[in-house]
Amino acid sequence: MAQAVSGSSPAPRRFSLSPQARINIAGYLFITPWIIKFLTLNAGAMIASFGISLFKTDFFTTFDFIGFDNYTRLFRDPLFWKSLSVTAYYAFGMVPLALVFSLVIALLLNQNVKFQGVYRVVYYLPSIVSGVAVAILWKYLLQPRWGLINQGLALLGIEGPKWLFSTTWAMPAFILMGVWAAGGNMLLYLAGLQGIPTDLYHAASIDGANAWHRFWRITLPMLTPTIYFNLIISIIGAWQIFTQSYIITAGGPDNSTLTMVLLLYRKGFQQFHFGYASAIAWVLFTIVMLFTVLVVRSSEAWVFYAGEVRG
Amino acid sequence: MIRGQSLPDIHRRGGRYRLEHFTGRFVLYVVISVGAFVFSMPLLWMISTSLKTPELINRIPIIWIPPELRWANYIDPWREMPFLLFYWNTVFITVTNTAIILITNSLVAFGFARIPFKGRTIIFFVLLATMMLPPQVTMIPTYLFWSRLRLVNTFWPIMAPEWLSAAYDVFLMRQFYMTISTDLDEAARIDGCSWFGIYRHIILPLSKPVIGVLAILNFSFNWNNFITPLIYLNDSRLFPIALGLRLFETQMGGGDTYVRLGPLMAMTLVSIIPLMVAFFVAQRYFIQGIVITGIKG
Repeated sequence: MAQAVSGSSPAPRRFSLSPQARINIAGYLFITPWIIKFLTLNAGAMIASFGISLFKTDFFTTFDFIGFDNYTRLFRDPLFWKSLSVTAYYAFGMVPLALVFSLVIALLLNQNVKFQGVYRVVYYLPSIVSGVAVAILWKYLLQPRWGLINQGLALLGIEGPKWLFSTTWAMPAFILMGVWAAGGNMLLYLAGLQGIPTDLYHAASIDGANAWHRFWRITLPMLTPTIYFNLIISIIGAWQIFTQSYIITAGGPDNSTLTMVLLLYRKGFQQFHFGYASAIAWVLFTIVMLFTVLVVRSSEAWVFYAGEVRG
Repeated sequence: MIRGQSLPDIHRRGGRYRLEHFTGRFVLYVVISVGAFVFSMPLLWMISTSLKTPELINRIPIIWIPPELRWANYIDPWREMPFLLFYWNTVFITVTNTAIILITNSLVAFGFARIPFKGRTIIFFVLLATMMLPPQVTMIPTYLFWSRLRLVNTFWPIMAPEWLSAAYDVFLMRQFYMTISTDLDEAARIDGCSWFGIYRHIILPLSKPVIGVLAILNFSFNWNNFITPLIYLNDSRLFPIALGLRLFETQMGGGDTYVRLGPLMAMTLVSIIPLMVAFFVAQRYFIQGIVITGIKG
């Protein structure tokens, strides 16, 4: 057999590759940067992180294998449970609010309004400048006595709460900030709305569907892929909240804004309990994964892909 | 400028429809304008406060236009703190990272979108899965890695990992490349053009919208990035503006003090101006780019 093969190619043997092998090499060369990133910063670091979570270590003096002790200690730590409930509160408050709010704004802006570009900038700008600048700004906007928010509420006859100085109102204040900066989602919805074929609306209105029906039967179903995408990205982002609580309240008052990542930062990078901090990271990862899987699983029931055969 | 579809023909069928239409649009404009007004208040308050003298800051009701504009708020802080250095550091990090990541992202996305190599589907699925990994999980081993290399307190940990592409960006770009017809590719292949040639001469010239979107996203991510420099940089001479601003804020006294809020708000405002400029420059590609890539989950 080998004889026959070599017999059929009279050319002198030299190094040559089949077309598919050339394609494979080219493909892998193009994606090399990502492969390096995956092997080191994703997969490698993930395994290392799990490994570290099984040690009691500051990486300089001690390095003791303690199995799952970090996890059992974690589950007995009231501070951890506090941070979990604080972060969950934020995620469950912020994700639906930001989702609905940005969807409503996108729907309104899509109604062929004049100066659409100006409105788009106004609603979108806060999401671009998010970070330290926004955190510093809001710290003073929320000042109970002379801050803009409470003076605004006073004009409406409402006596504003003490916001960042109140254990009840500190987290809602963070959610308010989050909604203010939710314009990034709006842009994706606007893009999604542009993609809905106009014929659908024409056909529906000929059949006598009113605006309300058109929204529920056409716009919303056609937007579900965008809602789905935004939902996943928002959930992942919300559980990672850090900058606001680090800069504005430092976790206070009375730990009412101590988020999981802030606790992780303190344990790891201020107290050098790297094993314990890695355990927190893994719990966080598991939670985010759980919610993502839930959304992905449920998507079969509510996400609608136009013209796509589902297999 | 892309406009939403209106349905004029539906509403023009009779007087009742026209009246309904008119009231509808009136309510629409009221809602959008009130919303926009409320939304722009925080930034307007920041501008106003940045020009106030201390005694005007805690006035009730708010004085929106100070009788005397205190421009010194914008000048004095530069002498108290090395803001120029902070900005140089930020610009260096942000511009370098954004430029390099755009190149690597587009190469990786091209590989996934155009080259039918073995295992492509599975590997792409793995790439999507990595988007779910919170960076906090890998933060500690990554920190220990850089600390072993004695590169903590340098720009390396803030820059090098950024250069190796980002899953979200690759996903967005691949979606875009998939919408470009492959006819040109095939013709170019027959003429003996290399894969890199196709990337360079066919795909890249057509991908301005998606590059615009990713340029602004990466620029603002790097400009705003706080936790990474916070972890790695101790020397204030290496601080980007995010850390510098934080340092400036802590020196203001924090808490309920407002006496030096003018300079603080002035410096905060200055720190976001480059983001706004970048947004306005890239914005015409923006919606367009997202529409074309058509994120479909």
